[in-house]
Amino acid sequence: MTGLYSQHLKNPKLRYLRNGIMGVVLFFFAVVVLFPLVYMLAWSFGPAREMAASSFSIFPKTWSLDSYRYFFNFSPYSVRWLWNSFVVAAATVLGNVVFASMAGYAFAKIRFKGRSFLFFLILMAMMIPYQVTQVPLYILFVNKFKMTDTYAALILPGFCTAYNIFLSKQFFSGIPTSLIENAKVEGAGQLRIFGSIILPLSKTVLAVMAINTFMGSWNTFFWPFLVTSDRAMYTIQVGLKTFKFANGTMLSPMMAGAVISALPMFVLFFSLQKYFLEGVTIGAVKG
Amino acid sequence: MKNPKAATIKKRRFFLTSEDLNGYLFILVALIIFSIFTIYPVISAIITSFQDYKPFGSEWVRLENYEKALSSKLFWKAIKNTAVYTAVTVPGSLAIAFTVAVMIMPFSRKSQALFKSLYYIPAVASGVALSVVWLWLYDASPSGLFNQILTFFHIPTQNWLGSSKTAMLSMILMSLLSGQGSSIIIYIAALLGIDNSYFEAAELDGATFMQKVAYIVLPLCKPTTLFLLVTGIINSFQVFMNAYMMTGGGPDNNTTMIGLLIFNNAFEYGKYGLACAQAIMLAIVIAALTAIQFKVAGENVEY
Repeated sequence: MTGLYSQHLKNPKLRYLRNGIMGVVLFFFAVVVLFPLVYMLAWSFGPAREMAASSFSIFPKTWSLDSYRYFFNFSPYSVRWLWNSFVVAAATVLGNVVFASMAGYAFAKIRFKGRSFLFFLILMAMMIPYQVTQVPLYILFVNKFKMTDTYAALILPGFCTAYNIFLSKQFFSGIPTSLIENAKVEGAGQLRIFGSIILPLSKTVLAVMAINTFMGSWNTFFWPFLVTSDRAMYTIQVGLKTFKFANGTMLSPMMAGAVISALPMFVLFFSLQKYFLEGVTIGAVKG
Repeated sequence: MKNPKAATIKKRRFFLTSEDLNGYLFILVALIIFSIFTIYPVISAIITSFQDYKPFGSEWVRLENYEKALSSKLFWKAIKNTAVYTAVTVPGSLAIAFTVAVMIMPFSRKSQALFKSLYYIPAVASGVALSVVWLWLYDASPSGLFNQILTFFHIPTQNWLGSSKTAMLSMILMSLLSGQGSSIIIYIAALLGIDNSYFEAAELDGATFMQKVAYIVLPLCKPTTLFLLVTGIINSFQVFMNAYMMTGGGPDNNTTMIGLLIFNNAFEYGKYGLACAQAIMLAIVIAALTAIQFKVAGENVEY
């Protein structure tokens, strides 16, 4: 606790009152922030039919799983959309954890020619808006490689991101170089040093990277939307968008779809909260 | 060679050491991916922006795409919309996040962690899912949640996303109410990093709470604020999802953001050259804004 707040040592009641009021305000704001998600969850159990304009209340009057059934019946591929999202996210995580961390280690600890220039390029790349690269990437994959509707097209552009290279470089820079020098004296090669000394020290940052990458990949819409045209290859976000444009007037099925697309991330969040929250600050400013 | 030392230095430059080889081995995959999926597209986008794109042999059109973009009313409207959206949501978000973070401080670590989790939850849901939900919250019928709230206060119901008066406001409100989790957590980390002795000294001088905030907390949080400001503006200028999913840019292009305009030009109308020219201009604007912010803030922030 910081000394920002007066402790009201002479009058503890005043402190309780102040903290009580602030607690209520914070709680109320949390309710406001979370309400859309509560609304989504509650209405996902509503009836699978169109809503007449003036007929729906804040929460549904009858509760059932009809809307979930409706969503899954909308397309024969709806379960596959989840599977596709999972495959793409898992492969993207693997690529980043292995190759982005290797590159980050090289930039931090191996003195090779051209490293400052290459790292500068990577830093610059983080500032480029994705709109710049989308059109050429689209032309590349769709017109030149003819790779529409393949996992490779979904996975490769995000397989090893500049951000993750940057993130792991920052972390590895903090590991004492003497550790590496000692291992070198004992005759260990860089690959062995990386595998048996560096990686075991970096479990947290790798876990954070894995989770952030998984979440980013799972939630991404733009790129999968561009490179898939066969419904069997949609990810869940593209599927949900398609469902939304086909069922504009069906409140509950839409909420059910939103829940289905978000639920895996919620489960992951509640089981690995610590890493999620750590991940927010790890990429931000030091000091 | 007269100087043997110079010769060895020269020699070293041409032969790769094992350290070099190790380095290249470690960055090999990253470099291949980076070259194909970042460097190549950036160069290609610059080239395409000077062309009329055709699958078999594009034509050079010099600055035509840029001229077309700059003389289009819609382009300027999209820039104006994006600027308005950014000018309200980014500082607004920072103000909300800072206030919430300061209010969380007096509580125990356990309660702090609880609040952090609660505020972060919306960030876990995808943009598609959130916009699907908010679309219904903004439903124009009296049953839509926001209209029910208005009715409760005896205010006439609104056609939130459908009217040019309220569409942009609705976008801004949604952004302010659903995206503060990360900023709050980052501010809390910054606040926890402030040394207590500052406050003790201020207390001895009889500083009030507001004076402590103004003269200690705000200056010491400046690097954090700058970081959030820069990343906030970069992200806000690329915003696409909400406009695409909820309004399609309407009504009357009042919510057409620059990101959506580029998307439409490229993937609805197939005007790749024009889209690339607009994207390059967007990148330049973002780079310029970032540079200005670092200049104005005076000091460099260490990442």
